[in-house]
Amino acid sequence: MTASVETTPRAGVEVRLEDLTRRYAGVTALDGLSLTMAPGELVALLGPSGCGKTTALRLLAGLEEADGGRVVIAGKDVTNVPANKREIGMVFQAYSLFPHMTAMQNVEFGMQLHDVDAPERRKRAGEMLDLVGLSGHTHKYAVQLSGGQQQRVALARALAIEPKVLLLDEPLSALDAKVRSRLRDEIRRVQLEVGITTLFVTHDQEEALAIADRVGVMNAGHIEQLGPPTAIYSRPATPFVAEFVGLTNRLAGVVKGGEVEVRGTRLPLVKPDSTEGPAIALVRPEAVSVVSDGDMSPGPLTGSVISTVFLGATSRVSVDLGDVTVLAQLPTSAVGAITAGTKVRLSLRTDPVLIARDEKAATEA
Amino acid sequence: MTVVGNPAVTGVGRPMMGGRRISLTWVGAVPFLGYVAIFLFLPAAIIVAGAFASEGGLTLSNFANLSRPYIVSAIVGSVILSAVTAVAGAVLGALLTYAIATGNPRGTFRRVVTSACGVLAQFGGVTLAFAFIAAIGPASAVYIYLSQHHIDYYASGYWLYDLRGLEVIYLYFQIPLMVLVFLPAVDGIKPQWREATDSLGGSSWTYWRYVAGPLLAPAFLGSMLLLFANALSAYATAAALINQGGPILPLQISNAITSEVGLHEPGFAKAQAVVLILIVAIVSVLYAVLQRRTARWLQ
Amino acid sequence: MSRSRRAKLQVFRVVTFVLFGAFFAGPIWFMFEFSTRGIGENSPRTLDAWKAIATYPDLVAGIVASLELAVITSIGVLVVLVPTMVWVRLRLPRLRRVIESISLLPLTIPAIVLVVGFSPMYQWLGTNFSDSILTLSLAYAILVLPYAYRALDAGLAAIDVKTLSEAARSLGASWPVVMWRVIVPNISSALLNAALLSVALVLGEYTIANNLLYPNLQVEIVSVARTNAGTSIAVAVASLLFAFVLLVALSFVGGQRGGRRRTRERLVQTFGRDFSGGTR
Repeated sequence: MTASVETTPRAGVEVRLEDLTRRYAGVTALDGLSLTMAPGELVALLGPSGCGKTTALRLLAGLEEADGGRVVIAGKDVTNVPANKREIGMVFQAYSLFPHMTAMQNVEFGMQLHDVDAPERRKRAGEMLDLVGLSGHTHKYAVQLSGGQQQRVALARALAIEPKVLLLDEPLSALDAKVRSRLRDEIRRVQLEVGITTLFVTHDQEEALAIADRVGVMNAGHIEQLGPPTAIYSRPATPFVAEFVGLTNRLAGVVKGGEVEVRGTRLPLVKPDSTEGPAIALVRPEAVSVVSDGDMSPGPLTGSVISTVFLGATSRVSVDLGDVTVLAQLPTSAVGAITAGTKVRLSLRTDPVLIARDEKAATEA
Repeated sequence: MTVVGNPAVTGVGRPMMGGRRISLTWVGAVPFLGYVAIFLFLPAAIIVAGAFASEGGLTLSNFANLSRPYIVSAIVGSVILSAVTAVAGAVLGALLTYAIATGNPRGTFRRVVTSACGVLAQFGGVTLAFAFIAAIGPASAVYIYLSQHHIDYYASGYWLYDLRGLEVIYLYFQIPLMVLVFLPAVDGIKPQWREATDSLGGSSWTYWRYVAGPLLAPAFLGSMLLLFANALSAYATAAALINQGGPILPLQISNAITSEVGLHEPGFAKAQAVVLILIVAIVSVLYAVLQRRTARWLQ
Repeated sequence: MSRSRRAKLQVFRVVTFVLFGAFFAGPIWFMFEFSTRGIGENSPRTLDAWKAIATYPDLVAGIVASLELAVITSIGVLVVLVPTMVWVRLRLPRLRRVIESISLLPLTIPAIVLVVGFSPMYQWLGTNFSDSILTLSLAYAILVLPYAYRALDAGLAAIDVKTLSEAARSLGASWPVVMWRVIVPNISSALLNAALLSVALVLGEYTIANNLLYPNLQVEIVSVARTNAGTSIAVAVASLLFAFVLLVALSFVGGQRGGRRRTRERLVQTFGRDFSGGTR
């Protein structure tokens, strides 16, 4: 249900956040955050609540003022430019739409503020609502639209004024799970079609990994890792990223000679120069394989299955090794006869692993 | 244990009548309903019936007598006083409401101020009149001080003791009432709407003109209507302040009850009361309509 | 919000609160000032006006009468309302909206209108039963009804009346026992609320008393003012202080469950829509 838009996809503009700091009430929300967004790129800022991702977005929008650093849009320093002059488009988590206006009027509002005349406004608003798939709902008020529809109108409204940057502040967090994934893909489709540089803030890693060109994982006011979704997932740079994105097994081991010995297996390290001694190895479930036949004599990697969870193409098996529970993710075909209670033996793939020192290494997911 | 057959045997102790049970549970509501019937509905009936009654029987003469000049001027005086204090109270109250709403919603200051408004909105009558006499009356410290410095604000008459004084004094409870009634609507304005307007290129002016203004207009008007009805119904402050004449309708009603005139024309006071309650009822209906609009947008 | 906008807002708030604060605090302050004046210029503050209260027997009688009325009215309203509201919750739920609408009705009827209807009734009452001022409590109960209803409704809503009473009945309690020893203790703060609101209202009532020609506190204040402004203002200040103390007590009483926010909401609800004009 997508009409192609009359506008030619603009090449987006470059957006730079340079060394932004923001403090309030003694708390440092942003600690020298820097980020360069390429034209037309969708960058997702991902992190737990309080990590500063929303603050970064609001500083970019101009809704709050930075204590230090610069914001540069299309080569122009806008740090001291108020929000209403920055040519941004913004979609909020909730209460996006003006309740006393219809969808059409909401979308026209920005253009009205820019003195676009009525027939032109109407035409463009119609196109925008078409773009987001709501052409039949132009005369409805916010209360008459579902949550997903409201956010689409908000998106149309933000894009109608042809902004330089699109900012989305957890736009899907207030919606039902079903609606969320559909709308997420819609947003990405529209963003690609219009070609606008976009910053997308979320605490949901699935969203970030699914639609972003690059993901910035944030923690306590700074970006821990910035890269394509595949890199974030399979090559996490820090324990926080490893534990925040995807599932991780924490297995006690000892670092010696550039490797870590975990439950009888020697695994290479992502950082071979880590200091020696006891450590926690972070092992992805996909790196753990499970067999139910062969030598089942007691050992560090033998135990019994607690449960198997069918996830479609893959399944997740949780195994009780006595002192720890390990999650393994296997193709469903490999699960075979494994059920709760089956005695199994695990083996760890020798991929490089990250280690953490602290028992309380990663923060809340 | 089931009891079959004769319905008269079921429900021990309950009187039967033609096979249907009369439930004794209704008795529980009788004291309240009876009391209210005597002391609320009976006076209302007396007023409505009495307005149409006179020596002979049914008549409209009481209503015709409302055209007497002093009644007409009292009605006009009431309407003007109520309108002036409603508008002034609404505007000033809206400013105060905005100042309160923009503070910490859970802070102590806001709680204290809102509670104070609750008290002040009820504060009226005699005490209020005397408070103003003490504050700005001819014997007040303020007047004495200013007149010693050649500022005589009673030079053209003692306005405190007539309608002009009431216009000022009524604000003392109109403004807090406005705050109490208008604050929920102002609280319903979401910060996202201001930020959305900003992001779309709007200024403070365009925000108020196109977003906050239209959204708050029904609540503002409705609250103003409430203030109007409130002022129209007020009696005690005026009675304590104004010793002669009856420039407003409630005072005329009081005269009609307590004076000689009242004894000869018992229906006259009632007709005036009917007029007053009619105006109040119309205003209430309009208020309810505006409230529904507000609730739809700002809940 | 940008810094400059926030700064402008703060200035606006400070100026607003100072100006309005002066407007509202001023008259009260000046009442104190007026009632403590000595005779002649530059004479020291004195409580003579206050002490003179005792020398006006009518005034003292008015104070006593109003206090008695306050007590009788609040107890009377509670005695009628509480069993009724409990009974309706337990047995007559369909009547609930009706009772609520009736109870809130006096909010929309100005007292000056009500008294027109009361006048012939009280004349009849005076000649056939009693012309004591205490009969005013019958009328005051109506004025107080909406406030008491709301306070009690909030209190009853917070406890599960049905379960409590069924539990008590199953243990063998009779209805009086259920009411007195099970329900009432659990709504004690709502009861106190309702009582305090009633007392405040009755003490400040002028319209009905004046038009039915009964000399209650406020009526007496006005009549004393004709001869001794200072003393009448002293009594006015005293009644104001008393009402203020009551309402502060109210906010602490309501502070048990749900905390001050619910009390504030209750106060807002209670005082928010009223143009019965009884005290105005």
